[in-house]
Amino acid sequence: MPELIVYGIVLGSIIALGAIGLTLVYGILRFANFAHGDLLTTGAYIALFLVTGLFPWLGIPDTTFGSLSFGWRMALAFPIAMVCVAMASILFDRILYRPLRKKRSGPVIMAMSALGASFIIRMIVLILWGADSLFYRPGVLRPAIELPLEIKIRPDQILILLTVLSLVVILYLFLQRTKMGKAMRATADNIELARVSGIDTERVIIWTWGIGGALAAAGGVLYGIDVQLHPYMGWNFLLPLFAATILGGIGNMYGALIGGLIMGVAQQVSTAYLLPTYKPAIAFIVMILILLFRPRGIFGGRRA
Amino acid sequence: MEIWGVIAYLVSWAIMAGIFAVFALGLNIQWGYTGLFNIGIAGFFCIGAYTSALITTAKPTGVYAEYVQQIFGLDLPFILGVLGAALVCGFIAYLIGYPTLRLREDYLAIATIGIAETFRLFFNNEHWLANGPRGLMGLPQPLQGLVDPRHYNYIYLIIVLAIMVVIYLSIERAIRSPWGRVLRAIREDEVASAMSGKDIFKFKMQSLIFGSMIMGVGGALYAHYTKAISPDVFTPLLGTFIIWVMLMAGGSGNNKGAILGAFVIWFIWAIGTNFLTDLLPYTLKARAPYIRFLIIGILLEIILIYRPQGLMGEEKRVSKMID
Repeated sequence: MPELIVYGIVLGSIIALGAIGLTLVYGILRFANFAHGDLLTTGAYIALFLVTGLFPWLGIPDTTFGSLSFGWRMALAFPIAMVCVAMASILFDRILYRPLRKKRSGPVIMAMSALGASFIIRMIVLILWGADSLFYRPGVLRPAIELPLEIKIRPDQILILLTVLSLVVILYLFLQRTKMGKAMRATADNIELARVSGIDTERVIIWTWGIGGALAAAGGVLYGIDVQLHPYMGWNFLLPLFAATILGGIGNMYGALIGGLIMGVAQQVSTAYLLPTYKPAIAFIVMILILLFRPRGIFGGRRA
Repeated sequence: MEIWGVIAYLVSWAIMAGIFAVFALGLNIQWGYTGLFNIGIAGFFCIGAYTSALITTAKPTGVYAEYVQQIFGLDLPFILGVLGAALVCGFIAYLIGYPTLRLREDYLAIATIGIAETFRLFFNNEHWLANGPRGLMGLPQPLQGLVDPRHYNYIYLIIVLAIMVVIYLSIERAIRSPWGRVLRAIREDEVASAMSGKDIFKFKMQSLIFGSMIMGVGGALYAHYTKAISPDVFTPLLGTFIIWVMLMAGGSGNNKGAILGAFVIWFIWAIGTNFLTDLLPYTLKARAPYIRFLIIGILLEIILIYRPQGLMGEEKRVSKMID
């Protein structure tokens, strides 16, 4: 059981990266971005292309760092994937969501457009890579480190936790210390008020997509390192992402972080009693319970 | 190609289009008239199909029982299977609507995705329920002994179209009644309808249940057409997404539009994109279905941006009393 909780925290930190982006978009653009899970997929597969396609061709050596399962190739691919997905989500906003915003379409039409976008992304991944599960580095199982309480943890997983932690700290500093961060928080609070105080809300929206996309890509790559890549990985993340977002209160970044960790632990601990394939169903049941008893999230957000 | 072969192909195409039209009509009540965002149609599709299958087949006995497990089998006629499917789907819709319909509109969407995924996982993993991933086979078909099995599809086409027309007429009637006008009022302005003393939650719930029951009928029609069902049929793509594209293409808030959209999109899917994938190089052939779905996805985005009212748009006639 303690081992499952630790694995749950690793999974939860990945969910949290997606949920933070989702809650930012939800809070600022006011619609449910059903394509957010597929941004994780996009990031994971861009990194796969770099690690197994472009970098070997460029002659970047396939060495690994110490007892980790990856080396320079992944260290370079990780930030590049984040930038690519950030740009891709800004592009999606330009092509799909901005025309709808201009026409003052409702949040449900925006959400439907996002659903369409999620299928488009998934189909492109399926056309390019096929339906099988893939790995960044096939067939190499790194030795696990033994911790007290019979917890076995791989060095990769420790690095995943450290990466998520540093990304969250960077985001915290960005939101608290920079002018754009403050503008984002103001826009999330009240978009009309932000606009009349002279905040360029279209720029805020671009930054929101950029940050949301970059965090989603990071989550996708980390999941690919920890488990595997699959065209439906983002779809399977969708329910835990929304559950974490609602749990933390929509628009609440710190809530999403906590919500993500709770969902990760809940999903992993459930595998002690149920088949692991039921993980998305666990997320769904937790979400229904939240909607029934605490629809504004555990911290009681502003809107329900 | 021989002419009878073409006709047989068109008949099987029309049966599937008619079944999808039933789903589009059900969705039209929820989305077109009430503004409910149900993106878990696949869940009701799945439940409708399995309910009817369990009602109309007999529980396997003897050696057969070692290969096929199912929780029960009532061996009842087709029509009871269809009714059972509608009732069970209506009940599931109530359970989903209860926690979500009082909250913001997109919560229903998230919850319906959840229910669709959960049912698919449940039927896939619980072998005792309906034979797990292998699913159920040998479903009975209505009026089976009447004609040569080779020509049976003509009879089934008539059954599907008759049920579709009955559903169409009953929705048309319901939507032009005072009840239907309240639904549209809720879609346009919830606060104003609540101010005029309408119980928003109750009307939304009725709309959700009514639409889901029709989807249950659609699921049952599908199950008895293919005679074999397994959980992998009820995916978000063919179970939910394509039905949304059908309704948006035809025109939400218009029942004729829902039917037209189903036939047009199923034509593009089944016949149009088939020719396109024939032109693909050999290496891409195996991935042709994904290319077809990609085209359908892009089509939805184009409709949303350039023609949100669809082919037909909403009918303005609100009452049978005025023209």
